[in-house]
Amino acid sequence: MPDQLLFAIEVTLNGLMAGVMYALVALGFVLIFKASGIFNYAQGVMALFAALTLVGLQNGQVPFAHLINAIFGTDVHHFGWHLPAFVAIILTIGVMILLAIIVERYVLKHLVNQEPIILFMATIGLAYFMEGFGDMMWGSEIKKLDVGLPQGISESIDATTYNWFGYGFFIDRLDIVATVIAALLVISLTLFSQYSKQGRALRAVADDHQAALSVGISLRFIWVLVWSIAGFVALVAGIMWGAKSGVQFSLSLIALKALPVLMLGGFTSIPGAIVGGLIIGVGEKLFEFAIGPMIGGATENWFAYVLALLFLVFRPQGLFGEKIIERV
Amino acid sequence: MKDMSEGYTTADGRKIGGTMMEMKNITLRFGGVVAIKDISFDIREGEIRAIIGPNGAGKSSMLNVISGFYIPSEGEVWFHGSKRPQMKPYQVAQQGIARTFQNIALFKGMSTLDNMMTGRMTRMKSSMAQQAMWWGKAQKEESEHREAVEKIIDFLEIQAIRKTPVGRLPYGLQKRVELGRALAAEPKLLLLDEPMAGMNVEEKEDMSRFILDVNDEFGTTIALIEHDMGVVMDLSDRVVVMDYGKKIGDGTPDEVRNNQDVIDAYLGVSHD
Ligand SMILES: Nc1ncnc2c1ncn2[C@@H]1O[C@H](COP(=O)(O)OP(=O)(O)O)[C@@H](O)[C@H]1O
Ligand SMILES: [Mg+2]
Repeated sequence: MPDQLLFAIEVTLNGLMAGVMYALVALGFVLIFKASGIFNYAQGVMALFAALTLVGLQNGQVPFAHLINAIFGTDVHHFGWHLPAFVAIILTIGVMILLAIIVERYVLKHLVNQEPIILFMATIGLAYFMEGFGDMMWGSEIKKLDVGLPQGISESIDATTYNWFGYGFFIDRLDIVATVIAALLVISLTLFSQYSKQGRALRAVADDHQAALSVGISLRFIWVLVWSIAGFVALVAGIMWGAKSGVQFSLSLIALKALPVLMLGGFTSIPGAIVGGLIIGVGEKLFEFAIGPMIGGATENWFAYVLALLFLVFRPQGLFGEKIIERV
Repeated sequence: MKDMSEGYTTADGRKIGGTMMEMKNITLRFGGVVAIKDISFDIREGEIRAIIGPNGAGKSSMLNVISGFYIPSEGEVWFHGSKRPQMKPYQVAQQGIARTFQNIALFKGMSTLDNMMTGRMTRMKSSMAQQAMWWGKAQKEESEHREAVEKIIDFLEIQAIRKTPVGRLPYGLQKRVELGRALAAEPKLLLLDEPMAGMNVEEKEDMSRFILDVNDEFGTTIALIEHDMGVVMDLSDRVVVMDYGKKIGDGTPDEVRNNQDVIDAYLGVSHD
């Protein structure tokens, strides 16, 4: 095979794996949007907050250490323990569920039946609050996240592909793991929503609130449930991204990449979020590879948005959405 | 205080029991609009109770009060001999009260089967943790619910549309699926808001037959709203007549038919 083609394949594979990441974040948006019609601006910050909490718990950091020290003149930093990764992950899941309960209890409950724009604004407030709260709780310095995921280029893939094609593919092992985990997450979410009582309730609420109430479903419970799941998805995204580039504020900005994904995939389609994420991941890498050098590179910064814009113009309902025909 | 009014026997020999539900002096206001004005009536075990009246009389509002969708401004709701505290619709559903809506509220993206499985929500016991941990047990429960739903599908003669997304079904069948979903809960009290509105004669006859059979075979107590006097006279044991938010008649179909206020309301005003 010609080298150019092999290189393009390698770029595509890398793009697919970046796309998995985008898809994960977009998935969190879709879940909440479907169940409650809320566009959750805080989804990205939730990923950051989850990753911060995970690292903090794992390293035995004292929460609010700065604040405590400032008030009491103490000098506490760490509890002096180091939790195993899975314990820290389970505790973080607990924190995300708690967060979901608090959001429902103190924000959503008071805003039922409000206009979508008001709920959207509330999530903007929530995003800034959580960002500041995360900072105050765990400190704002960049942190290393290590839950034992494999890192670095996979030598076996490099060697095998070299043997086959005379060209070794560079694939990050973390990307492979992330892809597998994301796939498992999507499969279990699908099974959950198709076959469990609560999953069915979730779909019911997403479909028709009034009907859901009439069959005995508590909306408040569903909201806590869906925000918990979105929190869990945010944690998974936070772990992957954090393992790759450290836990820092920029993590919350991956949410911005989820936006074009949603415009492609549609705001209410789970398959749409996944396929949209993959298209954008592959698209931006291939575009950079093929066209980038001709126009001075750095196309990855804007490619996704331009693609989304084209979609907005020519197919506003997204890839999988049904054609919108205004009733008159 | 318990009110166990004596039951009675209907003309066709069905035994009607004591009071199941009692509405006491219900008033419901929306801003300046008084949708229900100081209405009292009861529903007895095993009967088919109709609420009739012209458009805008407040019939749907009354059903919404019973099912917890509206909170009455004044008055009390008594159920099985005790005063019901203020409840959310889902809590009312959990007490064994199922309903349909005047403007069909189905899960349009789900199949008939899934809609009806969702109707069994209040009958599904295992929690999320249990389902995750005892997959086998959860599967067994699922198949038991499935069996119950299949029986209702047979009963309503909708086998052919089991897998069809209900959004694609014609109106008459949607109404039937909505009834099926309510029946899936095996309710003690079934509330039907204009189950025959917009149907053709044949569909109306089918629906009437289903309502009578549900009452007869499952012993389900039914409160139904109907616009059309004729249909109501055939189906119901007792009738409440509403007009402009007030109760203007209450009794057997014959009593109601001969009530002068009722005749005036139906002849004098044509709200639709
Ligand atoms: N949610 C609501 N908000 C404001 N007004 C309402 C609401 N529901 C019903 N109404 C008013 O209450 C009155 C009775 O309506 P309804 O109960 O639907 O009558 P019916 O079912 O007998 O046709 C009408 O004037 C209607 O406009
Ligand atoms: Mg009505």
